[in-house]
Amino acid sequence: MFPSRFEYVAPRSLEEALSTLAGRGDEAKVLAGGQSLIPLLKLRFASPALIVDLNRVPGLSYLEESDGHLRIGALARNRDVVASQTLEAGYPTIAAAAPLVSDPIVRNLGTVAGSLAHADPAGDWGSVMLALGAEVTVRSASGDRTIPVADFLVDTFTTSLEPTEVITEIRVPKPEGSSGGTYLKLERKVGDFATVAVAVQLALDDGRIGRAGIALTAVGPKNIQAIDAERSLAGAEPTPESFQEAARLAADAASPISDVRGSADYKRAVVRTFVQRGLDRALELARAS
Amino acid sequence: MKRIAVTVNGTRRESEVEPRQLLVIHLREDLGLTGTKIGCDTTSCGACTVLIDGKSVKSCNVLAVQADGREVTTIEGLAADGTMHPLQEAFRNNHGLQCGYCTPGMIMAALSLIDAGTPLEDEEDIRLALEGNLCRCTGYQNIVKSIKDAAGQMRSSASA
Ligand SMILES: Cc1cc2nc3c(=O)[nH]c(=O)nc-3n(C[C@H](O)[C@H](O)[C@H](O)COP(=O)(O)OP(=O)(O)OC[C@H]3O[C@@H](n4cnc5c(N)ncnc54)[C@H](O)[C@@H]3O)c2cc1C
Ligand code: FES
Ligand code: FES
Repeated sequence: MFPSRFEYVAPRSLEEALSTLAGRGDEAKVLAGGQSLIPLLKLRFASPALIVDLNRVPGLSYLEESDGHLRIGALARNRDVVASQTLEAGYPTIAAAAPLVSDPIVRNLGTVAGSLAHADPAGDWGSVMLALGAEVTVRSASGDRTIPVADFLVDTFTTSLEPTEVITEIRVPKPEGSSGGTYLKLERKVGDFATVAVAVQLALDDGRIGRAGIALTAVGPKNIQAIDAERSLAGAEPTPESFQEAARLAADAASPISDVRGSADYKRAVVRTFVQRGLDRALELARAS
Repeated sequence: MKRIAVTVNGTRRESEVEPRQLLVIHLREDLGLTGTKIGCDTTSCGACTVLIDGKSVKSCNVLAVQADGREVTTIEGLAADGTMHPLQEAFRNNHGLQCGYCTPGMIMAALSLIDAGTPLEDEEDIRLALEGNLCRCTGYQNIVKSIKDAAGQMRSSASA
């Protein structure tokens, strides 16, 4: 399989990339890891006239903590996230998810930013970033804007990114105080996209639950933030009953379809079980932190 | 057409390619390096795995133009002066292949894992690390053995 013909540019600076996109954004596609885009080109689901390859732009590969955030540069690879030693303690949800995204070879190229921009409802990072309350910083030739991930992910393969914009970084607020979280993913086989996955993040405030983040993968048109479940937890005691109730509400928020990976009922049941297990684990980590 | 220069197995190769040319086709058809196989053509099987700047990639899912100025290593680049690479030797000694179609990809993937310091001591670790490579013949048993053997040898000689 071959992509249809396109022009290719590999700008050496972000400014150059942005000025190219300012002129021709509508007919262009940005290339990062290529692990979603190139398959789409080969299948001819996308046929852009121009590919703007970001990979030669320097200074976008960082993964670092500063000003109370974990900052993930647009070209930080999934492999860098897996390899990072610093995430386990502060960002256990990210550390749990990273090794479950695709396989080690695909992770050598695939980026977190590319995954968000791709907005596949079965993508793992969308849920992780929703649960963590992350933001995406995007830039065009006319300036920057910062968008909460909840507003960035609009629909299946659709984001609020303009064709003239690129994501420059993802900003994850450092979970405060006693907090914990995890990512649970059911796969048919290793390396597969999720049948169902769940991201859970929990902060304790004086023994009660402070902020709770719950988001669901592969059970709707996009990654779903289980808002009612989150609200039911905020301020509540972390008891088996409150977790059960949150799990029920999260399962209600899911709208899975029956497909080769399982029936809708089955997937909903997995959401419920995973949210409950995820909350148990998050609580354990929060109490230990 | 784009002019590119890729260092393939240590030799600089200049070519004119269409931007849509896939790296695997460039290697196989333009450069005649047919050791790299195409299995699924959909980034699933790992048969097309090669190294770019030392890291494994599925070359059916990379454009040849992306490799411009980079170093690409294929299975043909492993043996030195007629002496097989420890991974090749280990696959031979442990019967790590049957039809051999997945083998170049398995070996290149394993090389990248060994270089990256991925834990490969236990069978479980190796099986997980190989999740991006499929084999239709062996049931993986002897592939796992081969990699365990080679990783042990390469790491002990590296630390010696
Ligand atoms: C075999 C296989 C298994 C996979 N399994 C999983 C899995 O289990 N879970 C999962 O979540 N994903 C999975 N993926 C997808 C993988 O994680 C991709 O790497 C990821 O979805 C896209 O990231 P990328 O950097 O490769 O982006 P690309 O493919 O380069 O781009 C994807 C889209 O995002 C846009 N884009 C990329 N970067 C930017 C930017 N900085 N600014 C603006 N737009 C941008 C592109 O224009 C394109 O539309 C799998 C892929 C493969 C091939
Ligand atoms: S041929 Fe490239 S992954 Fe199968
Ligand atoms: S030996 Fe035949 S596919 Fe692996």
